[in-house]
Amino acid sequence: MFGKLTLEAIPYHEPIIMGAMGFIVLGGLALVAAITYFRKWGYLWHEWLTSVDHKRLGVMYIIVAMVMLLRGFSDAIMMRTQQAIATGGAEGYLPPHHYDQIFTAHGVIMIFFMAMPFMIGLMNIVVPLQIGARDVAFPFLNSLSFWLFFAGVVLVNLSLGVGEFAKTGWLAYPPLSGIKFSPGVGVDYYIWSLQISGIGTLLTGVNFFITILKMRAPGMSLMKMPIFTWTALITNILIMAAFPILTATLGLLTLDRYLGMHFFTNDLGGNMMMYVNLIWAWGHPEVYILVLPAFGIFSEVTATFSSKRLFGYTSMVYATAAIGFLSFIVWLHHFFTMGAGGNVNAFFGIATMVISIPTGVKIFNWLFTMYQGRVRFTTPILWTLGFLVTFTIGGMTGVLLAVPGADFVLHNSLFLIAHFHNVIIGGVVFGYIAGFVYWFPKAFGFTLNERIGKYSFWCWLVGFYLAFMPLYVLGFMGMTRRLNHYDNPEWQAYLIVAAIGAVVIAFGIFFQLLQIVVSIRQRDKNRDVTGDPWGGRTLEWSTSSPPPFYNFAHTPVIKERDAFWDMKENKDAYSKPKGFQKIHMPKNTAAGLIISAFSLVMGFALIWHIWWLAIVGLAGGLVAVLARMFNEDIDYYVPAEEVERIESEHLKNMANQA
Amino acid sequence: MSTEALNQHDAHASGHEHEHHDASDAKVLGFWVYLMTDCILFATVFATFAVLANSYAGGPTGADIFELPFVLVETMILLVSSFTFGMASIASHKGDSAPVLRWLAITALLGLSFIIMEIYEFHHLIVEGYGPDRSAFLSAFFTLVGTHGLHVTCGLIWLVVMMVQIKKNGLNTANNTRMMNLSLFWHFLDIIWIFVFTVVYLLGTL
Repeated sequence: MFGKLTLEAIPYHEPIIMGAMGFIVLGGLALVAAITYFRKWGYLWHEWLTSVDHKRLGVMYIIVAMVMLLRGFSDAIMMRTQQAIATGGAEGYLPPHHYDQIFTAHGVIMIFFMAMPFMIGLMNIVVPLQIGARDVAFPFLNSLSFWLFFAGVVLVNLSLGVGEFAKTGWLAYPPLSGIKFSPGVGVDYYIWSLQISGIGTLLTGVNFFITILKMRAPGMSLMKMPIFTWTALITNILIMAAFPILTATLGLLTLDRYLGMHFFTNDLGGNMMMYVNLIWAWGHPEVYILVLPAFGIFSEVTATFSSKRLFGYTSMVYATAAIGFLSFIVWLHHFFTMGAGGNVNAFFGIATMVISIPTGVKIFNWLFTMYQGRVRFTTPILWTLGFLVTFTIGGMTGVLLAVPGADFVLHNSLFLIAHFHNVIIGGVVFGYIAGFVYWFPKAFGFTLNERIGKYSFWCWLVGFYLAFMPLYVLGFMGMTRRLNHYDNPEWQAYLIVAAIGAVVIAFGIFFQLLQIVVSIRQRDKNRDVTGDPWGGRTLEWSTSSPPPFYNFAHTPVIKERDAFWDMKENKDAYSKPKGFQKIHMPKNTAAGLIISAFSLVMGFALIWHIWWLAIVGLAGGLVAVLARMFNEDIDYYVPAEEVERIESEHLKNMANQA
Repeated sequence: MSTEALNQHDAHASGHEHEHHDASDAKVLGFWVYLMTDCILFATVFATFAVLANSYAGGPTGADIFELPFVLVETMILLVSSFTFGMASIASHKGDSAPVLRWLAITALLGLSFIIMEIYEFHHLIVEGYGPDRSAFLSAFFTLVGTHGLHVTCGLIWLVVMMVQIKKNGLNTANNTRMMNLSLFWHFLDIIWIFVFTVVYLLGTL
């Protein structure tokens, strides 16, 4: 009846897990109680959960990403404390089977359920506004993408309290992840949470690709697009090219585990290196999927706060495209030790080093944008400066690892761990936080507290260096990754410093949360009435903050690259239009949520081998899709009077402010 | 570029018909792009098959188990179904739904025959003891051919839905767009099958 699922699946005897679960359950109950008490269910359902508005979906993506940041960071700080104490015969407080789940969950959560949704959330909020569109090309699909992603989030968190998570590392290499060596449900949780959320990501890729190609405002040729939109375009191309590989690869692993096939097994002709090749053919583009939009954010931030146009726009575009292309021909550098031979390794080593050239072009473009500009040292620009230094160091250690000979020594060591955290935290995380602070007023109508934001930045920056520089040293000293305990006492001092660094980062995250709370309380003081708090250059700043649900009453006509800056120069901005027209908009729908709920049921049932329930989930999802296909009542028109009322109110507010 | 975009803008302002036309364009392009991602999924499975094509692990080879005449009939049925779908597309341009429904029904029957033949082939192999768990080669074979079969099955469901939609609302803008997408999907599966037939069956028995 319930497949492999019994009450034994709940880890009663693990106090840490039960504590975490208790915290999640109590927090969830408190949230439900609060929503009920303030009678907000209707509002939440109609305005948010069923919304197809790209701005609302973007906000929801980022909220989930931040919650998952806390979860992923809890894993990180547990690992750091474990390694700081587990030496000289001490076992630490995390038994190996739990520790292995933690480092797997940390990687999976941070990449798939923190960084990806943070990036997609920013893209959702910003891209349609930057190209002067009213929404994305397929608003319903956008909502479906979000909810599929959310179903993946639910599965990954369920694994904490019901069963276990994978103990394989974040890419689940076989044969370890095969049924023979991982007979539990951990790898199945891994597979189905990634498959379900991965479909959402793929749909997002198609959606934004078409949005950017087909929905740009008149006059905005490709080379007049804001640079963040450019990076989003390339990232979506990478998503479309890479995510099907992930889907297929995990599918093959699934067949090995569920139907006893032999793609990656040790026996009967299986080839486990096939999996490693395939997963990195997705995995390497994936890191560029994450970092390219961050590069776009830094470009926008640098130009805006230097009050200059971006230096070398064209080279920036070509550098982005070049990185996108190169990202597909370097995957083998993740396993030089496979033994493909000197020539193969040389090719991939050189291809890897070549990536540093377009990346270097970008670094110089940002520096020259700031050069002779009037740089305003706001929080976003601090994150950018922190990035420039940190990311360059990480890039250089990357080139070092790209030398196959050096890689044979440093492979799987903490040097590698230090390197990729160096580029992911220094590049991706710093970039997304810069973007978060930069576009927050656009999404919510008030700016964030600058002082607390700066505290957060300094804690993150100092904490990062304390936490990861010792790891470079430990790599040279021969310490490998994923150790539960160790007997070399020389390592301990460095690991204690690293643990202190993690605590400093914890303060950085604390200040981020505090910043949000304080800023909400001070919102009346920091209102962004004009919609242009930073002296912006691109179209998203030309509409009000937050923008009306239709974004632009009139589709803007673009003449220059920095379209809004150009309008301000020509006194075109904020002119009251002669008249208004009705606007065609998509209706909200719960279909995406319902389809995803069924896919969640299906995923859970497949994990626990509850076959009848899996069929129910599949059939329910199919019926929900069909119901959506037959629904003809999916759009409506906003009357011109309504548009006029909203627009006049915005202009009146601006006049009052002046 | 910019004048083209301006014209598009004018079209937007001048009437809703054009607006829907633009939306249809985006839908067809979007679906086509989605098919290209599907193509990459197939490419991954093809690559895996290519790597494992000789990993028989003491089990049968392709030459031992494939019956080319049978597969040729399958292939012909699928190719003809592409032709009959083409007839449905032509009929839909004339705006008369009765012949469209007829051709779609024939297409669906042909697709169904293809699937039944494939299931028969799979069943036969499994009964003989050559199931997908016998060797890596057979895992790759069943998965590649099965992935295609699963797509055709989805296509069959979609064909039925399409017929109901045309019956209900006639050949309106939305249904014409759907017809366009479905035809892209159906012909795409045909092209994939040509590769399956060549790489798996022909190369496997040579």
